[in-house]
Amino acid sequence: MPVQLSLSALKQTHWYEYGVRFLLGGTATVFAGIVSAQCGVAVGGLFLALPAIFCASATLIESHERRAKEKAGLSGRRRGQQAAALDAAGAGLGSIGLAAFAATFYALVATSVIGAFAVAILVWATVSVSAWWLRRKLRATSHRTHTER
Amino acid sequence: MTEYLVRFIAGGVVVSAFAIFGDMLKPKSFAGLLGAAPSVALATLGIAVAQHGAQYAAAASWTMIYGAAALACYSLAVCHLLMRFRFTALPATIIAFVVWLVVAFALLAGFGGAA
Repeated sequence: MPVQLSLSALKQTHWYEYGVRFLLGGTATVFAGIVSAQCGVAVGGLFLALPAIFCASATLIESHERRAKEKAGLSGRRRGQQAAALDAAGAGLGSIGLAAFAATFYALVATSVIGAFAVAILVWATVSVSAWWLRRKLRATSHRTHTER
Repeated sequence: MTEYLVRFIAGGVVVSAFAIFGDMLKPKSFAGLLGAAPSVALATLGIAVAQHGAQYAAAASWTMIYGAAALACYSLAVCHLLMRFRFTALPATIIAFVVWLVVAFALLAGFGGAA
């Protein structure tokens, strides 16, 4: 399946689910600030990669998939777990991009702050998408090899 | 107090924007990339640069690399808890947080902060 952008997917999400993510995102950012102030910048920096809203996102994905299956009269428990696991696998690949973001920002921020942000975001997107694409290609190749055997 | 209010709103807005974008994307594994978006980092590093300068923000971004490595381990742990041990998403993501803490602090203890 190629990458698709679908606005209709937003209709599945309730307003309070956006509220939960806003709340968790805001709380995580405040928490990172408090940790930096209390424990120093080195410890605070760790929390910039905190999986803050991951529990909310994975739970939402799981419940959306389960509801969709149950509407069709099937048990959606396993499908929900699989969808959440796929999301986690994506986040695992995205974390390579996140590390690249941090390394790029570290290297460039002394030269230009705006430039560091702009280039780091580009690097994050490029590395994350490349990691996803590479994994997809490797899986397709390995699947073909197994089928030919 | 105002600083923390700004942090809360900035963090909430950036995290929500990435989450909404992720909701619109298919397949799920691709949308999952947004789960590791630098959302908290964008809000926090912006404020760090404005308040403490570039050197402070650079030091924070150095240890963020350890946090990102811990996030990779966390994601792997969540996958295993869901697929192998058949946990549901909420307990799996909460239990795996221990993995994030252990890996992040072990890397910090092993390699230290920015020089």
